Order: sequence, then structure tokens, then C-alpha cells
Amino acid sequence: MNPIYLDNNATTRADPEAVAAMLPFFTEHFGNPSSIHAFGSQVGKALKEARQKMQALLGAEHDTEIIFTSCGTESDTTAILSALRAQPEKNIVITTVVEHPAILSLCDWLEKEGYVVHRLRVDKKGRLDLDEYRSLLANNVAIVSVMWANNETGTIFPVETMAEIAAARGIMFHTDAVQAVGKVPINLKAAKIDMLSFSGHKLHAPKGIGVLYLRRGCRFRPLLRGGHQERGRRAGTENAPSIVALGKAAELAIEHMARENTEVRQLRNRLEQGILSQVTHAFVTGDTANRLPNTSNIAFEYVEGESILLLLNKQGIAASSGSACTSGSLEPSHVMRAMGIPYTAAHGTIRFSLSRYTTEEEIDRVIAAVPPIIAQLRELSPYWNKNGPVENPERAFAPAYA
Amino acid sequence: MWEYSEKVREYFFNPRNSGPLEEANGVGDVGSIQCGDALRLMLKVDPGTEVIEEARFQTFGCGSAIASSSALTEIIKGMTLDEALKVSNQDIADYLDGLPPEKMHCSVMGREALHAAIANYRGETQTDAHEEGALVCKCFAVDALLIEDVVRANSLNTVEEVTFYTKAGGGCASCHEGIEEILAKVKGERSGPGEVSPPMKPIAPKAAPGLTLVERIRRIEAVLESVRPMLVRDHGDVELVEVQGRNIYVHLKGACSGCMMEAATLGGIQQKMIENLGELVQVLPASYMPTGISC
Repeated sequence: MNPIYLDNNATTRADPEAVAAMLPFFTEHFGNPSSIHAFGSQVGKALKEARQKMQALLGAEHDTEIIFTSCGTESDTTAILSALRAQPEKNIVITTVVEHPAILSLCDWLEKEGYVVHRLRVDKKGRLDLDEYRSLLANNVAIVSVMWANNETGTIFPVETMAEIAAARGIMFHTDAVQAVGKVPINLKAAKIDMLSFSGHKLHAPKGIGVLYLRRGCRFRPLLRGGHQERGRRAGTENAPSIVALGKAAELAIEHMARENTEVRQLRNRLEQGILSQVTHAFVTGDTANRLPNTSNIAFEYVEGESILLLLNKQGIAASSGSACTSGSLEPSHVMRAMGIPYTAAHGTIRFSLSRYTTEEEIDRVIAAVPPIIAQLRELSPYWNKNGPVENPERAFAPAYA
Repeated sequence: MWEYSEKVREYFFNPRNSGPLEEANGVGDVGSIQCGDALRLMLKVDPGTEVIEEARFQTFGCGSAIASSSALTEIIKGMTLDEALKVSNQDIADYLDGLPPEKMHCSVMGREALHAAIANYRGETQTDAHEEGALVCKCFAVDALLIEDVVRANSLNTVEEVTFYTKAGGGCASCHEGIEEILAKVKGERSGPGEVSPPMKPIAPKAAPGLTLVERIRRIEAVLESVRPMLVRDHGDVELVEVQGRNIYVHLKGACSGCMMEAATLGGIQQKMIENLGELVQVLPASYMPTGISC
């Protein structure tokens, strides 16, 4: 039985065409693009092409607005630290409670360093309150950083609108678009977004290559100093093979964008309906009307996520969970907690994330596999009694130790 | 994903003794849905002999929580209550051929459920005042509140001391930044508002008061005696092998030998030796002893 991979928000399989494109750059075209000789100049040309393909995917006005980095986290870190260093008179960062740890951990550290961080809250469906946002835009805000789409629920934030609001106040705007690029249309030349982070491995390029989009004219301070690479904005010899692969992946993403929003979306909906029609006490989390076409996050009440994943894995099905146990911490996912998902459900959230490689046959196998797994675990659960949860679970189960 | 032993996987995929036990006369509930781990242990005890005739469980939790619960029921069936009370969390982990360090708390939950169920059978009430804070040391599942309390109570100043008292930081060392922050926080409280905390002074060993060899050995033994309960609790022990000048050679036994905490344990013992003997000494494993030297 072939394994089924539904964890594409964690990482994706590199497209064979992208891999084929990068291979010659390890051997034949190994030159340093900075060199003057033929070995180098060939590579320089290939990088320029890749940059233009990335520019096309993001709808950027100039190809020089694309800076290649090593990963999404580096792009995020570069963007926020740059804004703070370029505007030393400003000391506030605005972000959201549901950002990726790449942003949240950095902001926690900035707070210790003396900066002020405001984290926008979300409602039960994971949506932001734009009035709260407007009220926080003071003169000493250095940067606003809001993700384009949430990695756990797929919920899409109105970043274009939020960037306009910030621009009107002269405030820099950054978005972590790691999950959104290639899945929703992006046209940066028509937007007021100053900086955008992206990571290749989420879109069928290899791991270890990222992008920071930097709008022309946006004040900037590099994170890595050293060489003139990337026009002095990111020193370090270019990762030529991966950049070439990323270019190819960007080209393919443009080609497949429509499919993500038709076929992949239909498969995702089929999966959700198939599972929810058979399993009671389960619901989809996030803003179901406004989310990525490939992501479904389902909360199964009274069972624990890691147990579900282990049983799915036994049948060759790969997904992920917001449960505390999978991360090694005692708290379930910060995204689920921020949306006020009750503990009875937060520990049992499973994220299925599809890709353009997902097939209908695979989805049907998952639909058949999930209900018996949930039933099996509920039978073991002290919060479950034959056909439903025990009455008043918090009281029926009265621990001597907490 | 976690690296679970074959036995953990087997007990998770095919749990023994799961489901409600109607005729139970001792029930222990531990954990809660907030923590993501909850276990109900049900015992049927023969009132005459106090033998556990039947044990079943219901668990809400991860793979290792379910496996630990199931293993516990297998271990205690047929035991008397007094025998069962001697089962430690390490016994549960051993039964499963070990648990990943991050999952040791699952076995602790098993032991707590067992104690709660026996207390319930005997009509005793149990209270647990332990509050859980954010997890700092993931290797040994030590939370921030516990570290803070211990740092405060013992006026600890260094990460090494925290490791010796709580185990936190003794594994992969990635939580040392977090421990340093707790130390700084408590130190800030100690100095009070407006005061500047004095620079940390190394504990200056008192000048060696000219102990006789016998006095010296006695003091060394006394220090080892004082740490022994802590080691025994973790299924280990320590034995004095030899004293050569400033080098004190000891033999760590049982679970302590080869444990990744060995260095930290020796470091902690050494600190106590220095304080008690009033001189700088080194506590070393017996294997470091130069060969060919007799007393």
C-alpha cells in the first residue's frame, strides 16, 4: 500500500523538474557567480532567470526586489531586525498571537531586549479585529508583521488591506507568506506590502532556500554582512543549485495555481465532508469561508492527537497535530488556544494539508481510515461513554492529582 | 516522531486491560484534559488478602500514556496493595523497555494513579499541591515553577546547582538559557527594589583546618550519605572507592552508572565536598583512578 502524504504545510516533495534543473549546478556549472570567468558568468545568468521567475510568481515590480536567503525564518528575522535598526527612534512591533514561531520567538526575545510588542488577538474562527489593529498604529511603531495565511488552519488574513492602513500612517509592513505563495494569487506591485517572506520547500523546491521580497525604496539593514552578494543585502555565496530549483518551482507554481484552487480545493472539501459525516463531536477549526484551498484542520473531541497520528501512520497516512504531546510541551497549539478552542478538542486537532500530487483515491482511503481510529481511541478515553461524551466531563472525571 | 520501543508500540496498538471495570472497588483518577493526559485506573481488590485481582484503565493521552497505563495494569495484577505501592515509575518505564526522556511523565502519571486508586480503596483522601508551570527542561520534564521554588529556597546561583537540585538542564543543555533567566529573575527579587545585586562570589573554601585522615574520610562519607537518598530514589547509589590527596574517587552504581546525568551528579557531590571539607577537591569516577598506585 502506497503511503499517503497529507502534511504539505510542513514540507513538500521537491518537483522532479525542479530537481532536474538544479543537478547540473553541482557539477558542470559549479562556478561562483561572482567570478569573472565563464564558469561564473553562466551561473550568474541562471540566477538572474530564477530571480525573474520568482518576481513573476510574486507579481513584484522589479527583479532586484527579490533577495535569496536560506529559509523562511531567516527572511522573517532579517525583515523585523532591519526595520528596527533602520528606524532606531521607533520601538514598537505589531504582530498577531497566531504567527509562526519564527516570528513569535523573535518577538519574545525583542521584548526582553526592551522593545514593545503588541500581539493582535483572534476570534473563535481565527480572524483579526481590524479596529483593534487601527487603534494600535502609533507613530513609534517600527513594523507590522502579519502572516498571509496561518500554517495550522489555513485562515487567510487581509494583509493587503492591513498594509494599506499601515502605509497611510507611514509604517512598514511585513508579511510571512510562507504558506500562501503559490496557493493564492499575489500581486505585490499593486500592494503596499514592504517586505514578504517565503520558503522554497513549501512549494516543491528543495529545503534550504528562502526569499525575502524587499520593496524598492524600503529602508533596509542587512542581517548578514560580508560580501556584495544580493547587492550587499545578504552576504554569503549564493546557493546556486537551490536558487535554480526554486526558479523552476516558481514557474510550475504559476502553471498550477488554478489547479490548487479547483481540484485541490475540491479534494479538501471531499475529505472534510467524508470525515465529518461519519464522526460525531468533530469540527473544522479556523475561518472555513476564507482559508487556503489545501488545508483542513479538524478537531476530534475527547481523543488526543498524537495517538491519532500514530494510528494513521500505521496505515501509511501522514498528517500532523496541534496536540501538546507531538511538540514535547505541555500546552496544545498556541493557535488553537488563541481561538478559544476548548481543551477537550484542542488536544485532538489534526491538520491535513494536500498538494497538487494528492489524488482522489488517496482521499477516499483517508476517509475510510479515520472514523474507526477515532472510535477506537474514544473507547479508551475516560471522557467517552459508548456513544457520546460522558455527561459533564470535567466533573465526571475528578482527579486526585491535577 | 518519537522513538518508541517495540514494546511501547505493541502496548499502544494492542492495549491490555482497557475499558471500564464495573466491579472496581478502588479507582484512581489523575491528570486532566487541560494537560492532554488523563488516566483512570480501576482496581478490583480482594478485601481479605488485599490482592489486586483485576486492573483496568481508561486513558486520554498520547501513545506512551496509553502504553504506560496498560503496562501498569499488567505489572500490578496479582500483587498485594503493599507490593503495588513499591512499583515506581521507573519500573513502568523498564517494563516497556524504556520511554523517551520527554515522555517519562507518562510513567509518573501511572504511579500517581496507582497511589490514588489504593488511597481510594483504603478510604484515604489525597491532595496534591503541586502546580505546574511552563516546561523548561524537556529531558527531565522540569517546569519553571519548580525550578523557581528550588532556586529561591536554596539560594542557588548557577545552572550547575539547579541541575544538581532538580535535574533540570542535565540532559541536552538546550534549556540553560531558560534556567539562567529564572536565576536572574529570582536574584532580582533577592536584592529587593532599588538595590543592585552584588557580583557573584565564588564560594571561597575555608582554609583546610588540618583534618586528620580519619576525620576527612568521615566527612566524605557523611556527604555521600546525605546525597544517597536522592540517588536511591532514582535507582542508583554511590560508594567511596579511594581518596588520593585532592582526588576523591567514587563508584556510581545502578541507574546512576552511565546515566547522562553522571557528570552533573559528580559535579554536585563535588560542590558539597568542597563546602564540607573546606578545601578544594575533585570528585572523580573510580575508572579515572591511576592504576598501579596502592594505598
